[in-house]
Amino acid sequence: MEKDFPIFQVMDQNGNIVSEEHKNLVTEERVKKFYSEMVRIRTLDRKSISLQRQGRIGTYAPFEGQEASQVGTALALEGEDWMFPTYRDHGAAMVFGHSLRNILLFWNGRNEGCVPPDGKKIFPPAIPIATQIPHAAGAAFAEKQKGTKNAAICYFGDGATSEGDFHEGLNFASVFKSPVVYFCQNNQFAISVPISKQMNSATIAQKALAYDIPGVRIDGNDIFAVFAETEKALKRARNGEGPTLIEAMTWRYGSHTTADDASKYRDQGESALKRLETDPLLRLERWLKNEGLYDEAWVKEIEEQAAAEIDAAVQEMEKFPKADPAVIFDYVFEKPTWTIEKQKREYLELIGGEV
Amino acid sequence: MKTAVQTKTLTLVQAITDGLDTMLSESKEVILLGEDIGKNGGVFRATDGLQEKYGEDRVIDTPLSEAGFVGAAIGMAVNGFRPVVEIQFLGFIYPAYEQIMTHASRLRMRTLGHYTVPMVIRAPYGAGVRAPEIHCDSTESLFTHMPGMKVVCPSNAYDAKGLMIAAIEDPDPVLFLEPMRSYRSSRGEVPEGKYTVEIGKGKKLTEGDDVTVIAWGAMVPVAMKAAEDMKQKGINCEVLDLRTLYPIDKDLVIESVQKTGRTVIVHEAHATGGTGSDLISLINDEAFLYQKAPAERVTGYDTPVPYFGFEDHYLPTPKRVAAAIEKVMKF
Repeated sequence: MEKDFPIFQVMDQNGNIVSEEHKNLVTEERVKKFYSEMVRIRTLDRKSISLQRQGRIGTYAPFEGQEASQVGTALALEGEDWMFPTYRDHGAAMVFGHSLRNILLFWNGRNEGCVPPDGKKIFPPAIPIATQIPHAAGAAFAEKQKGTKNAAICYFGDGATSEGDFHEGLNFASVFKSPVVYFCQNNQFAISVPISKQMNSATIAQKALAYDIPGVRIDGNDIFAVFAETEKALKRARNGEGPTLIEAMTWRYGSHTTADDASKYRDQGESALKRLETDPLLRLERWLKNEGLYDEAWVKEIEEQAAAEIDAAVQEMEKFPKADPAVIFDYVFEKPTWTIEKQKREYLELIGGEV
Repeated sequence: MKTAVQTKTLTLVQAITDGLDTMLSESKEVILLGEDIGKNGGVFRATDGLQEKYGEDRVIDTPLSEAGFVGAAIGMAVNGFRPVVEIQFLGFIYPAYEQIMTHASRLRMRTLGHYTVPMVIRAPYGAGVRAPEIHCDSTESLFTHMPGMKVVCPSNAYDAKGLMIAAIEDPDPVLFLEPMRSYRSSRGEVPEGKYTVEIGKGKKLTEGDDVTVIAWGAMVPVAMKAAEDMKQKGINCEVLDLRTLYPIDKDLVIESVQKTGRTVIVHEAHATGGTGSDLISLINDEAFLYQKAPAERVTGYDTPVPYFGFEDHYLPTPKRVAAAIEKVMKF
């Protein structure tokens, strides 16, 4: 099966273009855009881990290593498309235009974090595994019913493909030709369980065969491969040809969340070696160097810009008004039921307006 | 000046079809999804003829996949539609439980109202129709315990249509329980066109001073029969049809219990954690000092709903209800 689903690459790990067909895609302008967006989200990721360690946000799910998958997909979307992220896809959400302050508020335990900016169709991060896969099938089907050309992208990890909702969602999308791109970031671990214990299939892409939809396996650390295949799948979706399953082979350097320790279940030396070979940022740096275009001052500038942008968002997050307990009562239903009204009244009386 | 309202005589299941038809014709946002609901018209014929009338795009036969189509309906609801999904039997809802619990019911709160799920989940429930195992569950409390869900349960044709229309118009997710046993057991006058029965409001079916008997769905005729039998013994029951299991009609229940001082609750769901427990705690909160006797519950037992060879032993009967009424009278 691996032979039937070869890993598609545009740029190899040394920054060389290996797909003639996609040569035109790799321009200095594009490389710089991709690079700077990956720097932005990596900066956010590292800052968030540090904020968690300082107790300034709650448990956090890092994505370092998966930047190419997240940036490459997000940049392939159109403004009216839908995004269905998981708790590890806030990098993609940020690139697609989510509010940085709100992303940080989410990790600080605030509902505001699930609210995208006006006009942006970004679902709140899915916390249960694979449950967003049917949602994306339905939201995309609704776009089709309305006669638009909008599509949806739905992210999930390798572990999600063991869940029933993965199969039910793909089946629904396939039967009704929902315009949706299913994008699996195969980072090889479902918390601590390696892919070899997760499934007996050689690839995730091959699971598409069961639904008679295209399944492709790509190098998820090659942002050009990610961008090209996502764009192609979105085009199919908009043309009424239905869903696509993309398996992006990638790696998370860190733990599942800040609450676990990856060294307990895998050799972190392996991760360190992988970084030398497959880091998506290094790959673009190598291309720039190969082409004689690498500019240290520019890299420094975008790193500083990203740090400043994120520091400003952290400040906004920390200055955000304290949680109002009314919020937990006021949004369960459009109008609170009498039980909730009673509970709210009694609680607010008890705390005497102290928040 | 009063205008005469045209009515039709319908069974409960026909009233549901009529309610769906009314809403399908009113708004293109209303869309039906479920297994066998199209050509077959649903295993109980609740959607009979609707696909023919509205097309395959609006009355959609889905794959056999409860989590899949409930999940997809959540996506559709968020994206501008008002899906009404049919679960063939309540006992088949469990694969979709996660979708309902972790998304449909809490999306509004998670997003401070930015995304909402105005969907209806229809589910025939209950024993007494000689159905195979699992087809006869009445696990309504799994959903009344779920914050963010409303749960309704009509007992007659008029309420079925009015509640269905109200449920489809409701901005929040509603579980619509349909008592299989009452689908065709009686007929009622149902107005043509659109009307609603308010969610959260029960109904007083008989006036009485001695005992309040609270029931819903398929247990309403059982409670009514027991109340009638009691009349011969000079005991006057006030029978309430709860109609909505969440949120409960507090005022109706409390007003009645304060008058009678005695309560019997009848439900076919299991006793422990059932809606009967919630009613008793409500009565304790609001009418404790009016009580002349501890409230009694007549319920299904804390066993799985048995194979139909035993279901007459499981289900509350007028005889069991009568015994409970006599017990609270004699206390």
